[in-house]
Amino acid sequence: MTSLRIFFIGGLISFRALFNWLSPWIYVPSLLIAPVFQVLLFAYLGRSAGVGSDAFYLVGNAVQYAAIPCVFAMANTIAGERQTQTLGIVLATPAPRLPLFLGRSLPVVVNGWLVSLFTLVVGSLILGVTIPWSSWGPLAVTLAVGAASCTGLGLVAAAIGLRVRETAVLGNIVFGVLLLFSGANVAVSALPPWMAAVSPWLPLSHTIAAAREIVAGASLGDVGGLLLREAGVGLLYAAVGLVAIRLLEASSRRTASLERL
Amino acid sequence: MTRIPGVARMLTVTWWLQLKMLSASAFNGILQFVWPLFFATTAFLVYRQNGDPAALVYAGLGSAVMGLWSAIATTASGALQRERWHGTLELLVAAPTPFALVLVPITVAMTTIGVYSMGATLLWGWLLFGIVVPVASPVLFVLSLVVSVLAVAMFGFLLSVSVIRYRTAWALGNMLEYPGWLLCGFLVPVTLFPTWVTWISWALPPTWGMEAARQSSAGESPWLALALCVVLGLAYASVATLLSGAVLRSARRHATLALT
Repeated sequence: MTSLRIFFIGGLISFRALFNWLSPWIYVPSLLIAPVFQVLLFAYLGRSAGVGSDAFYLVGNAVQYAAIPCVFAMANTIAGERQTQTLGIVLATPAPRLPLFLGRSLPVVVNGWLVSLFTLVVGSLILGVTIPWSSWGPLAVTLAVGAASCTGLGLVAAAIGLRVRETAVLGNIVFGVLLLFSGANVAVSALPPWMAAVSPWLPLSHTIAAAREIVAGASLGDVGGLLLREAGVGLLYAAVGLVAIRLLEASSRRTASLERL
Repeated sequence: MTRIPGVARMLTVTWWLQLKMLSASAFNGILQFVWPLFFATTAFLVYRQNGDPAALVYAGLGSAVMGLWSAIATTASGALQRERWHGTLELLVAAPTPFALVLVPITVAMTTIGVYSMGATLLWGWLLFGIVVPVASPVLFVLSLVVSVLAVAMFGFLLSVSVIRYRTAWALGNMLEYPGWLLCGFLVPVTLFPTWVTWISWALPPTWGMEAARQSSAGESPWLALALCVVLGLAYASVATLLSGAVLRSARRHATLALT
């Protein structure tokens, strides 16, 4: 029961307290307007180059933009404790670490999912891309898997954020890597071979492929394999992130570097 | 007689000091340098698929100049807020030098960081994608870039004073990054947009700076585009100067200068 309380209530409180982007003055420009313009930028780039369709860029960028809320929020809700000098207090509690840190990821996943879904809806209206009504349900499930998987990578970023100061720079670099490697704007088959080999090992690449298939008429069952692989990649990153947080916690206690800024 | 050398010295010293401060910051110094490279690489990979070398050159030059906009959008919007946090805003306002004149070298320093990014993107495109941007008129090309840097800095000047009442102005700056890349014709010809959008593009100085750089690169006359870039830059600077005076008067009247 305590673990459930830590997971749900503790996670939500930490998210609200530490992810200051929830202020509408930041949320609206950063997480609602900017992704729509990213979609437009690449849709027009595709039109100018005569490569890909509007639907291709719409789906790719709507899914890929989940990286901003997922990676930044996850890094803020854990590494932000260090900035606010509360990490020591959190780690001094007897609370089990798994629900403590994993609970913070649930609101992050929901937020990332909402951002992707909003971008997809607004982007499709602006660009005139028709997505069949029957596809929205499977798309919603697919976007949720993508957001969860990307939050796994966010846990790794949060772990790194326990040691490095510039989490904003780190988050932006992770976003840039996903932009290039996930197939959001360049089909994985058109990437240089070494990039195409890296792509399946990063979050969002399978989600983007699955979402494109669903928009083209596939059912959830047709993309089940892709979603399972995406979930696997996300779990792998989440596991690495949680282990890294635990190791860095132990190392910080040993070297008294817990709240060093 | 001593006023002009004094102002010139203040502009130079402030520009240099700000440039050193920005270069030492991981966010402004490193990220502004690396960030446009992700988008430039994506643009190169997209344009490469259509098999037209001229399209790659178009993307190569546009991606390089794009860095100027990136350097100004986020940082300029948070410029005054940053001075507030540092506790130096009151000192700048109280200084005998007109406040507008203090802001100009700050935003010019920000666009100078974009020049690093421009060089890095040209080098990146050449090394990884074999993109060589032909420059038919080197003098005019350099002149186009210098005018673009100054015009973008004037846009940043206006931006910095326009959002002074917005506490999280950096978020607004972040939001402006993509529209600027789109509207200024860095990666996409503005002729692709609906007419009403084209009018917005034409009102932005970087659109003309980019046009001048492309024309001088192709050996065409860039003078009209350069003139429009200068005129728009001066217009933005004039509006920003008037606005900064109004904002300061308001802040003094309401005692809100130091509020964060």
